[in-house]
This record gives sequence, structure tokens and C-alpha cells, in this order.
Amino acid sequence: MTVTTTWYLVLAAVLFSTGSVGLLVRRNPLVMVMCVELMLNAVNLTFVSVGTHLGDLGGQLAVFFVLVVAAAEVVVGLALIVAIMRRRPGATADDLSLLGG
Amino acid sequence: MIFAALAVPTPEVVWWGLIPVIVLSGSALLMLTAASLPWRMPAWLASTWTVAAGIAVVVAVFPMWARIQNDGPLAFLGSAVAVDGSTLFVTATLAVAVVATALLGRAYLEREDLPGVEFYVLLLLSAAGGVVMVSANDLIVLFLGLEVLSIAVYVLAAMHLRRVESQEAAIKYFVLGAFSSAFLLYGIALVYGATGSTSLVRINAHLASTVLVQDAMLLTGFALVLVGFGFKVAAVPFHAWTPDVYQGAPTPVVAWMAAGVKAAAFTALLRTFVLSFGAYSGDWRPAVAVMAGVTVVGGATVAVVQTDVKRMLAYSSIAHGGFILTGVQAADDRGTSAVLVYLGVYTLLAVGSFAVLSAMGGVGDTGHRLDDYRGLARRQPLLAAAFTVLLLGQAGIPFTGGFVAKLGVIAAAVNVGSYAVAAAAMLGAAIAAFVYLRLLVAMYLDDDQAADTHPVVVPVGARMVIGLAAAGVLFVGLVPGPLVDLSRDAIPVLVGG
Repeated sequence: MTVTTTWYLVLAAVLFSTGSVGLLVRRNPLVMVMCVELMLNAVNLTFVSVGTHLGDLGGQLAVFFVLVVAAAEVVVGLALIVAIMRRRPGATADDLSLLGG
Repeated sequence: MIFAALAVPTPEVVWWGLIPVIVLSGSALLMLTAASLPWRMPAWLASTWTVAAGIAVVVAVFPMWARIQNDGPLAFLGSAVAVDGSTLFVTATLAVAVVATALLGRAYLEREDLPGVEFYVLLLLSAAGGVVMVSANDLIVLFLGLEVLSIAVYVLAAMHLRRVESQEAAIKYFVLGAFSSAFLLYGIALVYGATGSTSLVRINAHLASTVLVQDAMLLTGFALVLVGFGFKVAAVPFHAWTPDVYQGAPTPVVAWMAAGVKAAAFTALLRTFVLSFGAYSGDWRPAVAVMAGVTVVGGATVAVVQTDVKRMLAYSSIAHGGFILTGVQAADDRGTSAVLVYLGVYTLLAVGSFAVLSAMGGVGDTGHRLDDYRGLARRQPLLAAAFTVLLLGQAGIPFTGGFVAKLGVIAAAVNVGSYAVAAAAMLGAAIAAFVYLRLLVAMYLDDDQAADTHPVVVPVGARMVIGLAAAGVLFVGLVPGPLVDLSRDAIPVLVGG
């Protein structure tokens, strides 16, 4: 049995869905950031496998851009979480409910 | 000689085409460096610096525009970046929004006693990202611009260190922003998989010349890209973050979110869908049309029941997004030029309205209840008059810019036979008019019953922004010709290979 590109794409789709469902159901802000990372890495896997399949370097190049963006995003996200936790230790997403109509 | 053999072919760079990005990001980095030296940079210097950078970009756009109109649009940096009329039109719009936000931010930071330089640096960086986004000729470049724009705004939303609401708004914006970026990116990856390229030009050529037998991957990619953009432009059903974030974030930042972020995101949406995915418009147009109709009616309806003016305007900005989508779904030149007119007018309306809100907020940025506006016409007749002009503009009353903008997008929808969307847009406009009427009634007819009302101080910067925005809205309403002509010359085109 050979592992074709489709397998990688399916794995990426599963990882992406895991990340997006996790983001919606988990309440710990840190875990939510991890879920976003999982989604972005699923995209990376898609880029790499499609790029390899097409014999095109562009897909693998895109991964580097995504990695840098993901790193920058996590920096900001963790800083925001730290800023909130300092004022309200142990806050979960459900506790952040000051805003509303 | 040995170096000649090692020479690497580098892509051609047309430096003058990059002037707006260089001015915005360069001045941000310079300011950051200057602020980290051992002295305390005065607040007036940072704000003047930002305003000067914004004005410099507007000035630089004029010769660039003349050159583009004479020699045609151009693509460079290996066709990853293109400069055409729409790029320059929206760049100028973004620069105007930067100037207005910087003027509002100066007064806000002083009133709230916040340290200041970071605000201006992030604003400039965010604008640079927006300019990259509207000159992107490649989906990866578009994504990079979007992230530079968004990440800076996540931090700006958390700018008020002592308000928990500000941080709550920031984390909500961050989580949903990152979520939507991931969707957009996954969509880009799937479109790349189906077409073999991330270049807008090559995707377009591929779609026009090839009949795909299996287009599930491509259509899934379209859907995910559309969801990603839907979050960014706050289209129903992806709008849930908007009211909370607008309510919690510092009001000048909200002005930038409503004006700048939306203008950049909608232009990118135009370039991606109308230009690059144009060959498949039969597949994506119905989705955008439904989104447009639901967004206009949904945004306007929920705005009616709000008691917080900031949330009210947040929902009204969602409705405006729906009007712009009405123009996008037409997917032709007429719709595109109507969208550009709408973006220009809405930038004025948004910065003007949120400038009023910023002044009304008072110390602590809390005076946003509808009750705080009761009897405003007696206390602050000039402010109330200017706000009236802006609200009538948002409602789309004739002789204001809002009317020209709304007429343009609805006419474009009717022109391509999207009668249902046009009808939904008109229904939404009627419902939204009631929202603005409610505010006007509160300002003019209600008694000044709020005894604890704090005096409203309108700082000089906010006065300039409100006055110029109201004047601009009236001018476009009375003399719509110049803006409409500009938008016709600014219709985006695909160039490069």
C-alpha cells in the first residue's frame, strides 16, 4: 500500500477540523491558542504535500511565511493572555463576559 | 570576476511603487527607535510624526496616480506586488484614516493618561500592512499584509491598560481573528492545490483556460477564503465578535477598525474574488449575495434594540459591510466602482462618527449610553449638528455622501439582475434609518434628564476630524461627480505574469 498525497491532505483536514472544533469547545485561553497553532500547521502540511505533488517550490516556500506569521501571532496572543491573567487569575473564556448589550 | 559568476538574479523592484509602504513602515520603525533612546519622546511629536507620515502618503499618491493613468498599472517583485488605480485609491483612503485616528488618539491618550508612542507605531504598521494587502498580486503576499494589519490591531485594541473591557475586547478579537486567518490560509492552500499557483494572475489564467473535472478542492478553497474574509469584514453570520470588540476597544482604535481595516479587507476581497476567481463567479456569487442580504438586514435589525451607542454603531457598521457586499456580488466594473465609492464615503462617516463617540465617552471611555446623548443639542449644539450630518450620511439621506454610495451599490445589483439582494439592501436601509433617527430624537427632542452627565469636552483634534468628515460627507453628497469619476479610473485590473 502506498501513501499518496491524498492521505496527507486528509490528515491535514482532520488536524484542521480538530483545531477548529477545539477552539470552539475549549475554554482555557492557552488551549485556544494551541488550537489555532494546530490549524495553521494543518495548513502547512497541506502546502507541503500539494507543493511536492505538483513539483512546485512555492508550496514549501509558503510554509516559511506561515511559520513566521504564526510565531508573531502567538507572541501577541500570549501577551494578551498574560495581561488578562495578571488582573484576573485563572480566567477562562466564559469569565470574559463584561461586554454585551 | 568571481562575483559575477555568483550573481543571483533578483526580481525587478519598482521603488516608486513602494513609496506608501516605505513611508508608513519606515516612519513607524524610526519612531520606535527614537522612542527607545534615553529620553522621553513628547506626545505631540509622536502624533505630529504620524499625521505627517499620513499626509506624506496622500501627497505621494498623486504623482503615482498620474503615472499609473498614463502608463497603465504595473506589477513588480516577480509579479508578487501590483500597483493599479484601486491600490492608490484605497492607499489614500487608509492614509486619511491614519491621520484621523492619530488626531483622535492624541486626545484620547492624554485624557486617559496612557503612555503613547506604541499607539502611533502600531497604527502606522497596521496601515503599512493594509497597503501591502491592497497591492498584493499573490495570495501569500495578501495574507502577509492581512496579518501585519491585524496583529497590530489586536494590540491596539488592548491599548487601555487599566480597562479590563479593553483587554477582553482584544482577546476576543485575537482569538476570532486568528481563527479566521487560519480559514483564509487553508482556503489559499486548497486553491493552490487546485490551480498550482498562489499568484492572482496565474490562478485567473488557469481558471479561464482549464475545465476542472474534479473541482471540489477548488470550491472548498473558495468557500474557506470567503469565510476568512467574512470574519474580517464582519459579514453575518461571521460578525459575532464585532459589537463586543467595538464596545471594549479604545474609541480611536474602533475608528481605525471601522474605516481602515474594512477598506483594506474589502479591496482584497474584490481583487481576489472579482478579479482572480472571476471565471467561477457563477459559483461564488450566490454565496456572496446571500451574505450581503443577511448582513444588511441582520445588522440593521439588531442595531435597533441596542442601548449602548457604540454597539449601535457597531451593528450599523455591519449593515454597511452588507451594502458593500451588495456591490461585490455584482462582480462587474460597475459594482467594483460602486464599492470603491462606498469605501471612500464610509471612511469619512466612520472616522467622523467615532470621533464624536470618542469625545462623548469622557474620562474612562464610558459615556456611551443612549441616555448620555439625551438633550445633547442643547448642551453642545455644534457637536450635535455635525453628528446629525454624519448620521444622516450613514442613513443614506439624499444630499449626503451616504446616498451616493448606497445608490451606487444598489444600482449595480439591479444592473446585474440581483433584485432580491437589492430589495434586501433597501429594506435594510429603511430599518437602519430608524436606528439613526432614534439617536437624533434623543439628541434633539429628549430632555436633558441625566443629572450625572459629565461635561463633554471636544478636543481640537477631534473637532478637526468631525468638522472635516462632516464637510466631506456633504461635499460628496452635493458634488458626487469627482469621487465617482475617480472610482471609475480606480477599477482594479490584473497585471503581471
